[in-house]
Amino acid sequence: MVIERYIYLAIALFCIGIVGVLARRNAIIIFMCIELMLNAVNLLLVAFSKMHHLAGVAKNASAGIDGQLFVFFIMVVAAAEVSVGLAIIVMMYRNTHSVDVNFLNRLKH
Amino acid sequence: MDISQVLFYALSAMALGSAIMVVISRNPVHSVLWLIVTFFAISGHYILMNAQFLGIVNLIVYAGAIMVLFLFVIMLMNLNAETEPQKNKWLKLAGVVAGGCLLLVLVAALKQAEVKGKVAQLGTGDIGLIRNLGKALFTDYVVPFEISSILFLSAMVGAVVIGKK
Repeated sequence: MVIERYIYLAIALFCIGIVGVLARRNAIIIFMCIELMLNAVNLLLVAFSKMHHLAGVAKNASAGIDGQLFVFFIMVVAAAEVSVGLAIIVMMYRNTHSVDVNFLNRLKH
Repeated sequence: MDISQVLFYALSAMALGSAIMVVISRNPVHSVLWLIVTFFAISGHYILMNAQFLGIVNLIVYAGAIMVLFLFVIMLMNLNAETEPQKNKWLKLAGVVAGGCLLLVLVAALKQAEVKGKVAQLGTGDIGLIRNLGKALFTDYVVPFEISSILFLSAMVGAVVIGKK
């Protein structure tokens, strides 16, 4: 499968995530669209790692493995980020009883 | 078209369709379920590219742990479709237009890219196997691996500290 198909698929998923972040007011849905964007990037990294493996396997048997290891670390960071982010959202809900981001901009005042 | 290409297009259609449903759904629980379908489609892509470890870990970590955490929080707040706040119609349209413009710009920028014709290998390839990933992880990348354990510890401590009354 030529690499452009994977690039277009990842770009489309990333832009759907961006539309979700811009068009929704619920903080949890915004967070889920951020996870969608992270997954789009993961998919593209794995596709590129396969492309580099195919190009470089004659010289080095584990060419292109860096992409998949980077995806592993992205998943690590995403898991940590979700736990802290959801703790913050639960705290805001406990104080204001709302997860509406238009209402949660009270740091401004 | 051989079976790999058919599978690629089917999984891509499933991923894009369920991603759009995530953004469109009124009920947050429905959005979580559609996102789980998206993760299954992306894991299918990983397994199609023979990235076996990442395919399984994606299912276990993302669909199995992170989405369950989201569901806990949504159930805790008792959110459903009637109490869902809605943005102004024009702001939503502006968001869609902004995302569409980004899509157009990125696709147009890649029309001139030099990666045309290079192939991502489907179905075979050794680097996705857990043995080779483990060897590289514990020889070349052992320091980031150990530091990620400190990251998890700090995330746990941070979440508990934020959550205390």
